Parts: sequence; C-alpha cells; structure tokens
Amino acid sequence: MIDVQNLTKFYGHVPGIQDVSFKVESGEIVGFLGPNGAGKSTTMRILTCYMPATSGTAVVSGFDVFDSPMEVRRRLGYLPENVPIYLDLTVRDYMNFVGDLKGIPRKKKKDQIEKVLPLCGIKEVMDRIIGNLSKGYRQRVGLAQALLNDPEVLILDEPTTGLDPRQILEMRDLIRDLAGNRTIILCTHILPEVSMTCSRVVIINKGRIITQDTPENLTRKLEKKSTVEVEVAGPSAEVKRKLESVPGVVAVAARDHAGAGADSTVFDVESSHDADIRRELAAAVCGGGWGLLTLRPVSMTLEDIFVQLVTEEEG
Amino acid sequence: MRNIWAIYKKELRLYFQSPIAYAVLTIFLILMGWLFYSNMAFFGRISVQAVQNPRLSSQLSATDSVFSPLIGNMTIVLLFIIPALTMRLFAEEKKQGTFELLYTYPIRDFEVLFGKYLACLTVFLVMLALTAVYPIQIAVLGTLDLAPVLAGYLGIFLLGLTFVSVGVLMSAVTKNQLVAFILAFGVLLFFWVLGFASSILGPKLGAALSHASLIEHVNNFSRGLISTRDLIYYLNVSVFCLFLTVQALASHRWKG
Repeated sequence: MIDVQNLTKFYGHVPGIQDVSFKVESGEIVGFLGPNGAGKSTTMRILTCYMPATSGTAVVSGFDVFDSPMEVRRRLGYLPENVPIYLDLTVRDYMNFVGDLKGIPRKKKKDQIEKVLPLCGIKEVMDRIIGNLSKGYRQRVGLAQALLNDPEVLILDEPTTGLDPRQILEMRDLIRDLAGNRTIILCTHILPEVSMTCSRVVIINKGRIITQDTPENLTRKLEKKSTVEVEVAGPSAEVKRKLESVPGVVAVAARDHAGAGADSTVFDVESSHDADIRRELAAAVCGGGWGLLTLRPVSMTLEDIFVQLVTEEEG
Repeated sequence: MRNIWAIYKKELRLYFQSPIAYAVLTIFLILMGWLFYSNMAFFGRISVQAVQNPRLSSQLSATDSVFSPLIGNMTIVLLFIIPALTMRLFAEEKKQGTFELLYTYPIRDFEVLFGKYLACLTVFLVMLALTAVYPIQIAVLGTLDLAPVLAGYLGIFLLGLTFVSVGVLMSAVTKNQLVAFILAFGVLLFFWVLGFASSILGPKLGAALSHASLIEHVNNFSRGLISTRDLIYYLNVSVFCLFLTVQALASHRWKG
C-alpha cells in the first residue's frame, strides 16, 4: 500500500531525512515513532505530496507521489500536526468545502458528510464556528476532513496532542476502529500510543530509520534479561542476601523506599532471560518467614526500548 | 472549475463571516462619501459664482467637476484599501498551516489562485457598485454624462484588478499579513509616484516612466478616454503578477 525506498530530503545543505525505506501493507496500522525533529513530519509531507523528496521514491496506493500526485491525493486522508483548519468557518461549511476539493461527487458528498460526522462525534456541533470549538472537537473536525473521501491511506500526525486523557482514549479507540481495510500511519512521540494501537513500529531518529518491527518483537529482541519486582516485609539486608542465593539470580537491587510500606522493601531481581524464577523466589521469601507482598514480572516498556535505541544510536 | 468555485465560495465566506469585508467597506464608503461631499460643495460654490458669468456657466459640468475628481480620489483610497483586502489571502493560510493541508488535496496551484483572486475581485466590485450612488445623485440633482462615467468606472476597475494582482503576489511571498500589506502598499505607491519625475528626466526616460506609472493610465479613463494602450498596460501588469504568484506558490516544493 505504501512503499518508500531510499527517501532523502535536504533542506539546503541540512538533511531532513536520509535513506528512509519502509513498507506498509494494506490494513496495517504502523506507528512512526521518533523524538521531535527526527524527520517524521518531513516524511509525511513527502508521502502526502506536499513537497517532493530530493531523491528516492515513494509509492502510495499504487501511484508514485512525484509522477502522479493528484491520484495519490485523491486516495489520501491527512491530518497534519496542530490541526490546521479554517477557524472562521462553520463545521458544515468546512466539510462542504473539503468535499468539493477532494472531488467527491455532489450526491455522494452529502452521504459522506452524514456518515463521517457521527463517526467522529461532531454532528451536534455542525453549525458552530470551528474557532469557538474546544481543542478536542477541533481535533475531531480535523479527523473528519481526513476521512471525508473514504481514503485508502490515512496519515495522522500526532493526533492526540492537546487532548485530555478521556479524549485521548476515545481518539485511540476511533483510530483502531478505522483500521479495517484502511492503511494508517500514526506519527507520534508518545510511546504508549504506539504500543496500544499499532501492529508495527518504525523508529526514526535524526532523519534515519533505526529499526522497524512489531512492538512485541522489539521488546523480545532487546530484553537481554528479565526482571521481577519483589516486595517483602522483613529486614532488608537479610532478605537481599537470601534472594541473591536463589539459583538463577544475577543481581538484586533494593529500591529506595518509593512505594514501599514502613517495614517492607521493594527489590528488583534480575535473572537470565529465559529462566522463570518466580516460584523459587516465593519459596525463598516464605522459607525465611517474611511476608511476600508483591511478586511481579517487569517487562520492558516501549519507552525503555526507545530510549535505549536512541541512546545506542548516539553512543 | 469545481475547485476554483469551492475556493471562491470559501474565500467570500471568510470575507463576510469575519469583520474584514465590513471594516474595509465601511472605511471606504465613509472616505468616499466625504470626498464626494467636498467635491459637491466646491462645485456648488463655483456654480453660484458662475451665475454672474454666463461664459463660465456654459462650460460647467457636474460630471467633469465632481465625478472625474472623485475617480482620482478613489484611486488614492484604493491604494491602501486593496492591500488590506489581499494581505490575508495566502499569508494567513501559511501562518495557520492550512496551506499545507490545502496542498495535499487534489487541487492545482492556479485553481487556488483564481478562486482567491476572483473572490477578492468580487469584494472590490461590491465596493465599486456601492459608489454608484454618487453618479446617481449627480443625475438626480443635475445632468450626468453617462459615457465618461462608464469610462471612469472601467478605468477604476482595471486599476483595481491590477492592485489586487499585486496584492495577491505580495501575500504569496510571506506568511506575515502586515509584511504582505506593507509590500503591496509600497510597490503600488512606488509605481504611482514613478511618473512624478518624468518631467525632469528628459523626454525618452520621462515618457517611459510615465508609461510605467499606474496612475497615468487611469487619468485617461477618468477624462472619458478609453485607449487600448491603457487597457493592455493594466492587463499586462495583472497577468505578470499572477504568473509570479503561481511561481511563488510552487516555491514550497523546491525551497523546502
């Protein structure tokens, strides 16, 4: 559905992105992840035919963005960062305007608007001026304009910035619902968003793609050891010694008192990757006559992976 | 065509749903009303004197002494009113970021340009239409020569067309509305005063400068003279500016 090969864009002598290649299959939701200024928006601007690349090719929905931009644009829905929409128009006028520009046939346009407005939850604000709407509503109007032409490819650039936590959840649900046979690229620097909605992640930093894989695979590949969080009520030094003596344990670190009760201590117990030592740990604690309060495996979050990758890259 | 129409409708909505069109129309009409009143009052004074002088009174015409100067006055008012109308056309879209979204829709540069250009011309035509009360008043109070009035309006329309073209171009080269205004106003003013020096600079250069000057050409129209030379001058400048605007709009593709 989207096939990007060796895409490079220079701003003057400054490279915006270099040698970016990735593929997105039809029906996939792909997270495009990177710190601010990594080249996410540049890539999206090239894919949406706003500007051409310096070199490399990008094919969207079977059309080259450089050779047939009008065909690509017809099949595309795009929500840029900061949701640039006309604040002086009413939602209804704006939708009609976008419908005309996207070349939706007049009869179908009305049906499409009727379909998209309730989907995005903005039917009740249809006759209000966009500038008077809250940020959450504006974001949904932005999403509605992207969806109006029933696009095969949907590109969303940081769609949840500026929303309150409930709205963020709603937006994520909506994005998941939209997937179906649509291809979605979700640009973001918010990590949980990617692990919650995307089937694949492309991580980009300083204009280059560092890695791309499913969130689970990334976690597995990078976790060289597994960690178990153990909270024990008992004398911490003694408990620590006991835990270290359990076979398979590589290291035990007592956490500072954060989160722990007055007489209990939280330990991070690291073991080699494939060994599950939870039973042994429990036995050891109980054997010592102390109270076992928590026993929980800690998996590496996408956040950890991201930081690790970006720092490895820099180091 | 549909794209041009969509942009046109949107721009007209933005003009009339925001205070811009009303502010511009109000200021324009107050200024024009005052200028018309002063011209009328002056004409009234001369008419009273002319009662004692039959030779002068036969030469007096309300069209020549009220309407023609009014056309001259209007050109000065338009000099800053038109840049106020055009300054937001592209500059605001660039500032708000809507420009980026617009250019991911299946629409071509010239379609965006023509939609906006025609919308701005429409507002200008509304302004012109509202000034029709002045010749009508002359016709009611005295006698009106229709031909010079129509020629005068044609001249002012062509001048406005050119002003809008320059204004649109200046709006396309910046994302700051104030800069767009100053650039348009400055360029128009410069091409206005270009003819001032023509008398000192010798016959050849002087003639060239006064031909390039925006104001010289409208003078002929306000005297009731329609010549293809003036017509072509305005159309030339307009087309040239629109051509440059299309280039400026495409610049985000190669400038990055």
